[in-house]
Amino acid sequence: MDAMAPAPRTIGAVLRRIRFAGWPQLLALALVLAACRAVSPGFFHLRLVDGRLFGSLIDVLDRGAPVALLSLGMTLVIATRGIDLSVGAVMAISGAVAATLVNAGSPVAVAVGAALAAGLGCGVWNGVLVAILRIQPIVATLILMVAGRGIAQLITGGQIVTFDDRALGFVGTGSVLGMPTPVVLVALVAMSIALLTRRTALGLFIESVGANERASAYAGVGASVVLIAAYAASGVCAALAGLVVAADIKGADANNAGLWLELDAILAVVVGGTSLFGGRFSLLLSLVGAMIIQAMNTGILLSGIRPEYNLIVKAVVVLAVLLLQSPPVRNRLSRTGGAAR
Amino acid sequence: MTPKSTIPAFGVLALLMTGTAAFAADTLTVGFAQVGSESGWRAAETKVAKQKAQQDNVTLKISDAQQKQENEIKAVRSFVAQGVDGIFIAPVVATGWDSVLREAKDANIPVFLLDRQIETSDPSLYTAAVTSDTVLEGHMIGDYLAKITNNKCRIVELQGTVGSSPAINRKKGFGEAIAAHPDMQIVRSQSGDFTRSGGKQVMESFIKAENNGHDICAVFAHNDDMGIGAIQAIKEAGLKPGTDIKVVSIDGVPDMFKAMADGEANGTVELSPNMAGPAFKALIALKTDHTQPQKWIKTPSTLYTPATAQAEYDRRKPLY
Repeated sequence: MDAMAPAPRTIGAVLRRIRFAGWPQLLALALVLAACRAVSPGFFHLRLVDGRLFGSLIDVLDRGAPVALLSLGMTLVIATRGIDLSVGAVMAISGAVAATLVNAGSPVAVAVGAALAAGLGCGVWNGVLVAILRIQPIVATLILMVAGRGIAQLITGGQIVTFDDRALGFVGTGSVLGMPTPVVLVALVAMSIALLTRRTALGLFIESVGANERASAYAGVGASVVLIAAYAASGVCAALAGLVVAADIKGADANNAGLWLELDAILAVVVGGTSLFGGRFSLLLSLVGAMIIQAMNTGILLSGIRPEYNLIVKAVVVLAVLLLQSPPVRNRLSRTGGAAR
Repeated sequence: MTPKSTIPAFGVLALLMTGTAAFAADTLTVGFAQVGSESGWRAAETKVAKQKAQQDNVTLKISDAQQKQENEIKAVRSFVAQGVDGIFIAPVVATGWDSVLREAKDANIPVFLLDRQIETSDPSLYTAAVTSDTVLEGHMIGDYLAKITNNKCRIVELQGTVGSSPAINRKKGFGEAIAAHPDMQIVRSQSGDFTRSGGKQVMESFIKAENNGHDICAVFAHNDDMGIGAIQAIKEAGLKPGTDIKVVSIDGVPDMFKAMADGEANGTVELSPNMAGPAFKALIALKTDHTQPQKWIKTPSTLYTPATAQAEYDRRKPLY
């Protein structure tokens, strides 16, 4: 990829853009957090346990990390007007590969490398189906969504493969400077992708392919390469999320790891305001979307409501967030009160 | 085990057939429509079925339905077409079995349901159901928890998947057991979806909601996997599972025996993976001297405590 000189962007300009584009998401996050505080007075309390920050707020970041990682990759894919349904299954494959390898005596670096390589392979497979064979993304990635879990089960032999390796466990339950490792991983991945897409022309290419693939091809953008790169990135992010989830329970659960998480990841991206029609994206707001979803999950668990109501509460909150983003509702809100500011 | 044929259905991996198509006069052939391999317990159930088949000199054909009812129905139809001597079904869901069961009945093939019941308007469509008594399991672990806490305990509950019958029944049985003790109360109850990470995440939030875990006396998990997740959450909160917060659950998977041996859990009620054994016995009795089996063949539920955990772990490990 030839890296063109990036368009200069001041921090102020970026902030201004966030403030205008992202207020419904930030407002929603604030409201959900306030609701959490209402149901659980200790929600914002933080303390150190064994050199690690401990508290509900940290839980939200920590538990939200897998969906946050998925949403980063998913944002790129959705920006190209695609979708990646296979990420949950790729998580299962990655966890299965890593757990099986460490149990077979491989060094952790090899196990982690192999898991990420498996994710990359899955992503490239999806990308080739979409970009070269021109299969609709939803169908192309559905193949791996279904088959991937079967592959993971073949790797684990249909069982939960547990491991005692502390270095691999660190990926899920360790901490760096008091922050849980998964949260640090999300930050690192988010920054790398942000740099790659905003400091090089890659982001522009992705947006142009999403907005109008044919026009970008005529303009000299290698659409196939961009598409494959987006799906590959999504695959690697999913593999990383799979490592986090497996390391968290010190076991690879091929049947349940990442089950339905592709939907949460898509939801996070959509709640974050990235259009499913492609063409523009915001990594930061996708992360905010992931945090909204997780804050809601944690809040429901803290609230003590009966589990039968979990999904209904979630649906209502998601509807409210999406309503905040709906142009007619937004226009009315900004006209009536300066809520937009 | 060798995969021999592939179902042309989308995404479905393979129909696993075991054994050869031997139709010797003296051996019975049984087709087993298995759910899939969604848990370690399920894999153990399949493994035990193969062992018992060998012991009883039965040719066993197992189909893996990949958690889909339509695959199970297809498998049953193919068993009927092959003219097997008996069909075992571990039903994925409770409803929708009437028409395929009628086909089996018309072909005079006895059908045994393993580990789950079905809802049907005509119970004569199947010969017998071999399942555990899930209400009893909940009751037994509730009684045991009352004993080890002197009838006084603030309990948090990790429920199974909302609406699933083991979740409903285990909750019911546990509730009945502790109802006799006014100082035993379930203070929080949420679903951990029968998974380790679900159990861990729910337990983390329970710990925060209950004075960082100091107000919780025990956690009751509807299955061992959630219990194991809860143990990890308790440890990460700086508390000692098994002592600071007692851990009881149901299923009897090896990892729970290991946790008990390490002093991190207090008890589990085993859901026996030997569902096929009693079914083979009943089928052979039916075929040789026409003994009608009981409609509900209950498998035993056994309580296990840390005292015997290490030995039980060593005994069970090869099965899983």
